[in-house]
Amino acid sequence: MSAVQYSDVIRERFRHPRFRGRLPNPDVAFEDVNPLCGDRIRIECRLNDGRLAEAMHHGDSCAICAAAADVLIELAVGRLVAEVGRLGAADVLERLQADIRPTRMKCVTLPITVLQGALEGREVAR
Amino acid sequence: MTLGEQCRGDFPILSRLINGRPLVYLDSGASSQKPRQVLDAMRTFYEQSNANVHRSIHTLGEEATEAYEAARDAVRSFVGARGREEIIFTRGTTEGVNIIAQALGRTLKPGDEIIVSEMEHHSNLIPWQMVCRDRGAVLRAIPLQDDAYLDMAAYARLLGPRTRMVAVTHISNVLGTINPVADIVRQAHAAGAQVLLDGAQAAPHLRLDLAALGCDFYVFSGHKMLGPTGIGVLYGRREVLEATEPALGGSEMIKEVWIDHAQWNDLPWRFEPGTPPIAEAVGLHAAVAYLDKLGMDPVSAHERDLTGRCLDALAAIPGVTIYGPRNPEMKGAVVAFNVAGVHPHDGAALLDQSGVAVRAGHHCAQPLAKRLGIAGALRASFSVYNTPADVDRLAEAVARLNSEL
Repeated sequence: MSAVQYSDVIRERFRHPRFRGRLPNPDVAFEDVNPLCGDRIRIECRLNDGRLAEAMHHGDSCAICAAAADVLIELAVGRLVAEVGRLGAADVLERLQADIRPTRMKCVTLPITVLQGALEGREVAR
Repeated sequence: MTLGEQCRGDFPILSRLINGRPLVYLDSGASSQKPRQVLDAMRTFYEQSNANVHRSIHTLGEEATEAYEAARDAVRSFVGARGREEIIFTRGTTEGVNIIAQALGRTLKPGDEIIVSEMEHHSNLIPWQMVCRDRGAVLRAIPLQDDAYLDMAAYARLLGPRTRMVAVTHISNVLGTINPVADIVRQAHAAGAQVLLDGAQAAPHLRLDLAALGCDFYVFSGHKMLGPTGIGVLYGRREVLEATEPALGGSEMIKEVWIDHAQWNDLPWRFEPGTPPIAEAVGLHAAVAYLDKLGMDPVSAHERDLTGRCLDALAAIPGVTIYGPRNPEMKGAVVAFNVAGVHPHDGAALLDQSGVAVRAGHHCAQPLAKRLGIAGALRASFSVYNTPADVDRLAEAVARLNSEL
């Protein structure tokens, strides 16, 4: 793991996100706020045959949060919904290759709880 | 030599390296650093005189009481209060507001009105929201104009026969706006309302003359004015304090106690239940003495120079938006700003990599952030120990932000 907080991965994903935007007519969606900074992130998902087929994120957030959402979606797409639910901060941190300070860990975990909220909402709807 | 260069050496923490760079501390609006004089005074107190105050009939108890009450006299003189009974030690600004909100709250009737402003720190908003909710009173807010000053015409219209309290900040912790508090007090009193001023951002930076100002209550914190955490001051005009029932009970605030009732103590102790922050009072005394020695007028002038330099330097950087008045004469020692494309928390983290400490976020003033249409901002704030070189280091680091992200 790199010693810097703003790793190359974070800077690259912030400047050139692969999954940022809106998904037209999503099957499930969820958004939440980081009470520390007021950041808001929304994740919209399309499901297919029990798998996360497609997902996009948008909102008003810092670079760490936006990059975390981007790599999280990359990790999650194509997996069974139950598998996505097992993705955690360690998986995202490994991809980010960054030394995230404790005060900023919320920025990494917010997209994880938002994605899980979206998928849990789907399960409730069933 | 500027005042900042003169006194930097008194602040041990300023010799620290942060991420390999000399610390540039621009977050004094959140909490200031402490000079050796304050640290030494507290250490000496704990090593030589520590005991509880007022009740201990022994040498240490007497010395502790003397030190604690001497701090009160120093603060009285510092803020220009008429009498020592007008100076109540609290844990901080927030507790001061709550003490008065709770006390006034008991007398509020449904339909009574309390006026705050759109630029309040949550600490001077939530306590009033709470008592209004409990008592069916109405909370109104003086709107903010686009030029970052309060709409005083709207204030005049808000005042009415049901107005019981006007609670506004002396200096905005985000915009830096210095509010026309003398005018606010005069109009409130003409309407028969009391006034509480939040001086958390003013007491460290301006010479105060509370007797002349005429406000009913003035609250501030020790830790933003070179003193320790855990102590603050609630100034109350004597006539008003005499007529105010204490909201917090306990020892020290009583004269005589029976099982079913008690007689309150004299001022100021009536509002100081429990063992007070004694060593912290000693530290605050040393902080006030330090500021007095520098002189509050030179302190204000020094910080105004830094604020002006900061406004000019930041305004010259492409993509920077500054919030609040542009005239340093009309502004406290804070400059809030944003850099296009850089989230405030990213900005603060990247500035920290250059050794520059600033605050980022909504600054505990979410209604103001909503009014400005922003999620948050970066904020540089100044104190006696800052130098023009600190401002230059900030500007250099801010100019690099976009390329670092």
